[in-house]
Amino acid sequence: MVLKAFFPTCCTSADSGLLVGRWVPEQSSAVVLAVVHFPFIPVRVKELLAQVQQASQVGVAVLGTWCHRRQEPEEGLGRFLEGLGVIFFHEPWLQLCRERGSTFWSCKAIQRSTPPGVPSEDQVMLVFYDQRQVLLSQLHPPAALPDHQAGDAPASAGGLAAVFDTVARSKALFSSDRFDEGPVRLSHWQSEGVEASVLVELAKQAAGPACLLLSFLLSLLSAMAACRLFRLWPLPFICSKLSTCEQVRHRLGQLSLVFSTQKAENPTQLMRKANVLISVLLDVALGLALLTWLHGKDRIGQLADALIPVADRVAEELQHLLQWLMGAPAGLKMNRALDQVLGRFFLYHIHLWISYIHLMSPFIERILWHVGLSACLGLTVAVSLLSDIIALLTFHIYCFYVYGARLYCLKMYGLSSLWRLFRGKKWNVLRQRVDSCSYDLDQLFIGTLLFTILVFLLPTTALYYLVFTLLRLLVVAVQGLLHLLVDLINSLPLYSVGLRLCRPYRLAAGVKFRVLEHEAGKPLRLLMQINPLPYSRVVRAYRLPSCGCRPKLSWSSLCRKLFFGELIYPWRQKGGKQD
Amino acid sequence: MEEEQSFLDICGGSLTLQRRYYSPSCREFCLSSPPLSLRSLTAVTCTVWLAAYGFFTLCENSMILSAAIFITLLGLLGYLHFVKIDQEALLIIDSLGIQMTSSYASGKESTTFIEMDKVKDIVINEAIYMQKVIYYLCILLKDPVEPHGISQVVPVFQSAKPRLDCLIEVYRSCQEILAHQKATSTSP
Repeated sequence: MVLKAFFPTCCTSADSGLLVGRWVPEQSSAVVLAVVHFPFIPVRVKELLAQVQQASQVGVAVLGTWCHRRQEPEEGLGRFLEGLGVIFFHEPWLQLCRERGSTFWSCKAIQRSTPPGVPSEDQVMLVFYDQRQVLLSQLHPPAALPDHQAGDAPASAGGLAAVFDTVARSKALFSSDRFDEGPVRLSHWQSEGVEASVLVELAKQAAGPACLLLSFLLSLLSAMAACRLFRLWPLPFICSKLSTCEQVRHRLGQLSLVFSTQKAENPTQLMRKANVLISVLLDVALGLALLTWLHGKDRIGQLADALIPVADRVAEELQHLLQWLMGAPAGLKMNRALDQVLGRFFLYHIHLWISYIHLMSPFIERILWHVGLSACLGLTVAVSLLSDIIALLTFHIYCFYVYGARLYCLKMYGLSSLWRLFRGKKWNVLRQRVDSCSYDLDQLFIGTLLFTILVFLLPTTALYYLVFTLLRLLVVAVQGLLHLLVDLINSLPLYSVGLRLCRPYRLAAGVKFRVLEHEAGKPLRLLMQINPLPYSRVVRAYRLPSCGCRPKLSWSSLCRKLFFGELIYPWRQKGGKQD
Repeated sequence: MEEEQSFLDICGGSLTLQRRYYSPSCREFCLSSPPLSLRSLTAVTCTVWLAAYGFFTLCENSMILSAAIFITLLGLLGYLHFVKIDQEALLIIDSLGIQMTSSYASGKESTTFIEMDKVKDIVINEAIYMQKVIYYLCILLKDPVEPHGISQVVPVFQSAKPRLDCLIEVYRSCQEILAHQKATSTSP
């Protein structure tokens, strides 16, 4: 097997020394982590390696020597480096050498234990990697990494995941920079100075107490919400129907997730917390923008003044529509008596509705002002409130739809059972199937009579049903769009998308290789780069759970329900009551 | 070492196969298709603009003309960035893996790397495509649960669609490396 040496790009200009890293025997690859410079005391190096090994559970060892010839080649150095292999025994012993003024390196792997006669030098391939990017990146999908207690990584963390894992776990090796007065001088990605930010450290210090305080406040809030007063009969039912309550509950859950004092166990949870935090912040910022827009220049008053005429206008249009239906709509000849009854019934309903609106009109501005205040909880809450208000203002349409649908539904069921009677069959309830049955003559007569009456009355009801269903569908579509907007804000993983945009290497789908310039007789040189995750997969992997499940109605089942006159709801219901 | 050879794709268009032998354990195959021809570009643009001009004479609204110009520009950008693949490369490195790169005409590159311990084999497959039977090269991936099963088939050179003679060249070189890999990994 070809021997692969993974070499960090930050060490290419390091002085001569020892190569420290991990040997993965299953893939015969050597992951170089750092270079130890001369002069050193071998015992100290071994001590340091033992410390790192204990801290990171990675089998770090001296893999070989690194020779960077800046001046004329010295004869003594080569023999000295070979001699080091006796002190730090490793199998195979790597000898990397970079000549002055040449980009091509020579690399030898010496097997000491091979019997004489067998060529002892393997083929070697040099793979350069950026230590910082590999350390910080996170592979997707996350490989089944072994527990940190389980000791050295077994073969299951195969291939390049082992390289990533090794670099990520040996953070202890990278903690010292060259300004430290340690016993051993190392060269690695942080050797020019440890990378840290004052702001981040301060935020970390401040985050603990802040989270404690906020989680205490949140627990108080949730305790208040769980109080028995809110468990009385009508309240939970109403709450389950109002999308605002759902949204507020969801927001509470999100906040308690963000400010929970438990530490995130794995990167996925950490990412989820950050995503939730960013989405809440964005939501509140958008809500505040809406608030300032609404409360500036008396826009609420204008809205309230505009609302009543709009409701009146809708009611008027509905009255016109009903009058049209009571005549001969589109030239259809309806059953006159039934048509008149239905039309008057609906007209009376509209009259009731208009008086209700006019009773409400003095308070509308006050209500709207308070609704506008809710925008400071977030845009999603305001939008959910808007959706609820639309539902309340179009309650008459909903009522018409329910009456029409119930009538139509009754007719459909009656027709279907009478059609069975017509064919000499009946529905067997016990066996849940259609059986044949012999009817009496008068039974058949009455059945046929009823069937005929129902068939001739069907077009009138169907027409009313059709018109009000279309109106209802319009309202449902508007509410659905609002819910879609809320879900979008709730579930978009903005932090991950931003991370992908600004630091593409943090979310890695894998790696890609580039073959560097090559010369015959020298080892092959490859550059390993991080292959960033595509945006679609970022969104799919880190999508936040949205509040409530949308009714999972497929188009065909929706059409079936519409045809048989079953009711359709835009309400989000946990568990999908209508399925 | 670099060799260049020209082949035909399944529709009769010309393709160039570049073979680069970096070392005995690392080879790269590059299939480049001809760039976007000026003639087809001109034809499409003229058709869209003439149609827009026809509409313009009907409705006398100059918005249609500017919309047509924008649509052609955006369509061209989208075509170059998301559809037109200029070059497809297959890099096979012994004991490390197989990398497939497709470079779009706009310069965007999308890369997939498959590690060698997941690769079961490379084969040439037959498939029915529209009204003809075509050959394609594909990589068989091992099933992590069952060692003899195949979990996935990854087709190579999906957009170039070269003919069998070209595929055989690539296939032979890949098999040499795979055979070497198997020989060394079973008797280390």
